[in-house]
Amino acid sequence: MTVTIFVPRDAAALALGAEKVAKAIAEEIKARGLDAQIVRNGSRGMFWLEPLVEVRTEHERIAYGPVKAGDVKGLFDAGFLEGGQHALHLGPTKDIPFLRQQTRLTFSRCGVTDPLSLDDYRQYQGLKGLENAIAMTQAQIVAQVTDSGLRGRGGAGFPTGIKWKTVMDAGASQKYIVCNADEGDSATFADRMIMEGDPFVLIEGMIIAGIATGATKGYVYTRSEYPHAIATMTEAVEIARAAGILGPSVMGSAYAFDMEIRSGAGAYVCGEETSLLNSLEGKRGIVRAKPPLPALQGFLGRPTVVNNVISLASVPVIMDRGAEFYKNFGMGRSRGTIPIQIAGNVKYGGLYETAFGLSLGEIVDHIGGGTATGRPVKAVQVGGPLGAYFPRALFDTPFDYEAFAARDGLIGHAGITVFDDSADMLKQARFAMEFCAIESCGKCTPCRIGSTRGVETADKIAQGIEPEKNKALLADLCNTMKFGSLCALGGFTPYPVMSAMNHFPEDFSPAPLIEAAE
Amino acid sequence: MNVRISAGELTERSLQIIRDLKHLEGPMLPILHAIQAEFGYVPEEVKPVIASELNLSRAEVHGVVTFYHEFRDHPAGRHVLKLCRAEACQSMGSDRIADRARQLLGIDFHETTLDGAVTLEAVYCLGLCACAPAAMLDGEVFGRVDELCLSEIVAEARR
Repeated sequence: MTVTIFVPRDAAALALGAEKVAKAIAEEIKARGLDAQIVRNGSRGMFWLEPLVEVRTEHERIAYGPVKAGDVKGLFDAGFLEGGQHALHLGPTKDIPFLRQQTRLTFSRCGVTDPLSLDDYRQYQGLKGLENAIAMTQAQIVAQVTDSGLRGRGGAGFPTGIKWKTVMDAGASQKYIVCNADEGDSATFADRMIMEGDPFVLIEGMIIAGIATGATKGYVYTRSEYPHAIATMTEAVEIARAAGILGPSVMGSAYAFDMEIRSGAGAYVCGEETSLLNSLEGKRGIVRAKPPLPALQGFLGRPTVVNNVISLASVPVIMDRGAEFYKNFGMGRSRGTIPIQIAGNVKYGGLYETAFGLSLGEIVDHIGGGTATGRPVKAVQVGGPLGAYFPRALFDTPFDYEAFAARDGLIGHAGITVFDDSADMLKQARFAMEFCAIESCGKCTPCRIGSTRGVETADKIAQGIEPEKNKALLADLCNTMKFGSLCALGGFTPYPVMSAMNHFPEDFSPAPLIEAAE
Repeated sequence: MNVRISAGELTERSLQIIRDLKHLEGPMLPILHAIQAEFGYVPEEVKPVIASELNLSRAEVHGVVTFYHEFRDHPAGRHVLKLCRAEACQSMGSDRIADRARQLLGIDFHETTLDGAVTLEAVYCLGLCACAPAAMLDGEVFGRVDELCLSEIVAEARR
């Protein structure tokens, strides 16, 4: 029997040397004349163990990691093709606690299958949701998505089903599905992992959205910083088209749907849906005023669903297992699962899909294991560059849209950056303003100018120049940006700034300026 | 990539690219990406060609090109080294790595070494946030970049 060895092709695994490991394994197989094949899978999302190599034995998959190219010879010597003991031996993959405790619905195949194998995809429940959708009416599909409680995973948390209904009810000769894969928030990589590790689930989700709303064309707008994701998605679309999943007759049905992969060009603001639509149309990525809603006048002025990758990739499991099944996970108005991305200065960094409701402390201390540097956790930023900094005192906050909002924070795209006690929160507040200044589209004054004034004001505080007056000025500036900006870039930059100032006042009171002696 | 090409050839090659892509819905960004892939940057002379083919004003094309950080108005060095400067990488000491890179290369961000070998760019997130700090040399990605790793990357790029 041919033994299968899995070596991830995920960009993070590659960044940690997976390519060299795969090459070394291939050479060793050849040199030893073994009957083994290498499959390049996605990542399981345990990045402290990457490159995580798995061997499929007769019974189960055995994990080894983190594997370096230099370890490969020793692994073969240790009988790794039979799951032999070795210092890097982690036991059966499914029993690794970080994985075992997760509820993987959206990411059920990621890291398990060959991302570009349709056979693998079908074998692991793929296309079941689409088959069900084809047999239903549009209104039934929309109702099922609405009933599941799925809310936009991009950050806004808007109910997906309601957005779909608006597009379904809109009369137009052409409608569109636009997947927002412009994942620019630091600490987030869930979209990238899905596109690289299970691209067909996104394609399936987009087709279902198309059938439900009457849209026949889809676009994935992703980032030029994600070359691996672009390559995998592009190849997957070609495979799906060749298999008749995309095209004039989706899986032999009366529905037509096709899609393209588009790349942005390094503008963070294009993750905002109206700016994204302008960019997709070939314009500057300037934010549009709403209304009109993109659902009614979106891409090229036509009714358009703009959904995040994870929202769309969660649709197939909802259509396969039912609204009730999905809805039974979670808490309050946050239903289903959320892929939490634990990043930054953290011991066990990675992707952890689970039902809503875990406390921030459980996520950071227990699942993440504290900092990588071993120093105490000082702050965590939740929700990317526009998310608030949380101190340890707020670690009891449950991971839920409303609970975070109640504490002047946001979940955003569910990325968490951990900082140890060496972090300077005034510096982080200044960076939030600096980032806003770099990435502002320039349309609204509070964002365009306020961000630059914010950097200057933070600098004055750091230099000890009239600190009390400048802190009040910074707070006032944040207030203006929050209420005077058109989109979340200017409107949410105050979150990291104000949370840093409120929760870590000691960092905003540097030693008074000592005048040099004459 | 040969930057010493005649204006006629520049127009000819640009026209070919534009005509291959102009049937797309919203063809501008795909065209600009293809132009930059072909010439290494978006030459000033190409803007009026795009404008005329897409029935836009030169100002509109200029506005789009300059809006996006990715598009260059002059060629980059032989290699482009991108260092992530966003929060997750900051939490793992990316500022120190950035200082070291500037020192090793003798240039600041958005500059190219005198020998034309390396252009240093800042990026805000490569999606490698759980193995920070992250870097990208041309298309190749690196995680947990420390000073040793950085000096190897720089040496590789300089060769």
